Amino acid sequence: MSTMMDKELENAGEVPDNRVTSALSEYFAKVRGGDVGALPAVLGLVVLALVFTALRSETFPTAFNFGNLLNQGAGVIVIAMGLVFVLLLGEIDLSAGYTAGTAGAVLGVAVTTHGWPWWAGVVVCLATGAFIGLIIGLLVARMGIPSFVVTLALFLALQGVLLQVVGEGGQIALTDPTILAVMNKNMPVWLGWTLYVVVIVVYGGLTFRRMVTRRANGLHAERTTVWAFKFASLVILLGIVVYLLSIERSVNPAVTSITGVPVVVPLLLVLLVGTTLLLNRTSFGRHIYAVGGNAEAARRSGINVANIRLACFVICSTMAAVAGIVIGSRDNGITPNTGGGQTLLYAVGAAVIGGTSLFGGKGRTLDAIIGGLVVAIIANGMALLNQPAGVVYFVTGLVLLVAASVDALSRRRTASTGR
Amino acid sequence: MTMPAPDFGPTTTDEPLLSLRGVTKSFGAVEVLREVNLDVRLGKVTALVGDNGAGKSTLIKGVAGIHTFDGGDYRYEGESVHITSPKQANALGIEVVYQDLALCDNLDIVENMFLGREITSAGLLDDATMEKRANETLAGLSVRTVKSVRQKVASLSGGQRQTVAIARSVLWNSKLVILDEPTAALGVAQTEQVLKLVRRLADNGLAVILISHNMNDVLQVADDIAVLYLGRMATQVDAKKVTHAQVVELITTGRLSTDPPPAAVAVAEEESTNSAVTNDQEDQS
Ligand SMILES: Nc1ncnc2c1ncn2[C@@H]1O[C@H](COP(=O)(O)OP(=O)(O)OP(=O)(O)O)[C@@H](O)[C@H]1O
Ligand SMILES: [Mg+2]
Repeated sequence: MSTMMDKELENAGEVPDNRVTSALSEYFAKVRGGDVGALPAVLGLVVLALVFTALRSETFPTAFNFGNLLNQGAGVIVIAMGLVFVLLLGEIDLSAGYTAGTAGAVLGVAVTTHGWPWWAGVVVCLATGAFIGLIIGLLVARMGIPSFVVTLALFLALQGVLLQVVGEGGQIALTDPTILAVMNKNMPVWLGWTLYVVVIVVYGGLTFRRMVTRRANGLHAERTTVWAFKFASLVILLGIVVYLLSIERSVNPAVTSITGVPVVVPLLLVLLVGTTLLLNRTSFGRHIYAVGGNAEAARRSGINVANIRLACFVICSTMAAVAGIVIGSRDNGITPNTGGGQTLLYAVGAAVIGGTSLFGGKGRTLDAIIGGLVVAIIANGMALLNQPAGVVYFVTGLVLLVAASVDALSRRRTASTGR
Repeated sequence: MTMPAPDFGPTTTDEPLLSLRGVTKSFGAVEVLREVNLDVRLGKVTALVGDNGAGKSTLIKGVAGIHTFDGGDYRYEGESVHITSPKQANALGIEVVYQDLALCDNLDIVENMFLGREITSAGLLDDATMEKRANETLAGLSVRTVKSVRQKVASLSGGQRQTVAIARSVLWNSKLVILDEPTAALGVAQTEQVLKLVRRLADNGLAVILISHNMNDVLQVADDIAVLYLGRMATQVDAKKVTHAQVVELITTGRLSTDPPPAAVAVAEEESTNSAVTNDQEDQS
């Protein structure tokens, strides 16, 4: 067994072969070793879509509902992408939901109450998020208080701040057209397709060039078949998504026409590319994984562990502030409950379901998007099944437990197989 | 070594890379290192042995800048230096390989080897260059046990992990590599591999300090043996001139009851006199 795998690894380096079978067996060896990645989430996404399609063939698989799904999930997805940074360290931010609400309220006060331009409102909104993250980071990284306690305290404190700012039963309306456009406007159909082509060409070109140059330099490179498979999947999958978003999805097309990719999609894309570059292609990102994997080793390698922790909490809370804009735009305003309720639980669930480990050291922001879609599909499908909120919460809670179990089991498996 | 000795002063070839004279270290009231002398030469493996609590780790932490010595002279490449941080020690070409806690399981071999000192171009990680250099370094050490430098460290055996940690220490033009019990957790075959690697480091011209509790390992690979006894340097001897039993006696009693080994620079006097005479310097106090 082990000699077989050794051969496999030996071959991987130099032979630029096209054997799909060995690529597959390599992949399965990885899965067997406990490195399941985003596999459960992708499978879950497919199964859930099929189940809801079978149960509600009239309402679930419609273009209208598909557009809805993105709208419902976007806020949670953005919070989850930020949470990945603290989860990578093995920490948690329970206050991220109310950070979104509080930062959103600051945006509302600036733009609606004081009539500031939208961009100035966005700046103070993000600054509010960064400030909250700085406080959490200082308390955790410098004072050494467990993040669980610090952010639990802030969960309550920020809820109070939000209530004071907005007022009980009150609302800060958001009326600025630019802010509202984020969740209520769609790009023209042609622009959606243009964006699609750009993404495909840039992604395909960069990954292909990387593969070829690495192989030319005698370095470990992806097999051409694997690359082609990934590329083709992306072309088809994104193609379907853009197509579904480009057809008429208005319930009453005669009155209003709704077509095109929602504005929030390019926003998510920018966040995804930005965070992925940061995590995978910079020293800073490498150090985040190192601190999450073994903080003592990181420290001995000359990494300033406290600063890394601090930065991750700032990033997480700033991303939550972005989510505050997204949620505020969707709801046309901020209420004392914005970012409250099950928002945080859904966000943590999204990250973990996507394959981010609660033990630190493993996770990607792409996983948060996939996991966020799983969570959104559950909420959306259950609502279409006319299930009461209680049942939706219960099922979502169970899914989170299952995801956490997969995480814990794969970790045990990793330990036992030494992978 | 077989050069005819010129009769006009010491030869420069024999100048130690690292030379400690009378270094002391106390933690509060506890005197952990008392007037310790140590010489480490390029191309040689100097074993540092001693019972638990003798002060070995304290001594190398001082050399590596993790803490500073309270007193004494720290000479490196013939010059007196004052090292106050690990970074400073690294800059001088001093690297420490810790027995544990040194690698990140969730990162691959290349990522671990360059951790904290990544090569970047235009602000982005230059993975290709790092992978190339990792391969070259491993090849330079004739390491064949590692199949792919892109596998996660979690998937490696204890010996392979130690190999990665050692290879990592020689990436940076280091001159002195300090190994704290590198074979403590390893089986027979893997211990053999790591010892060969340690020998190769010295043969490549580096100075190596090896801490070990295993006398077989020490006698197999070391050129020089320095014995710490209760915070004092009992002796530093040529490894070829002592037997297994003599080293054990030095470790447990701090001195030899039988004839002292001819190459021994000095042997500490009895405990009761409390005047630690080490090497050629006399205790002033
Ligand atoms: N930070 C510290 N504070 C107080 N005492 C210390 C500290 N570090 C070490 N000591 C003491 O110094 C003495 C020497 O410890 P050291 O770790 O250097 O021994 P060692 O030779 O490395 O032992 P071992 O073989 O068990 O690793 C011990 O008595 C220990 O209790
Ligand atoms: Mg020790």
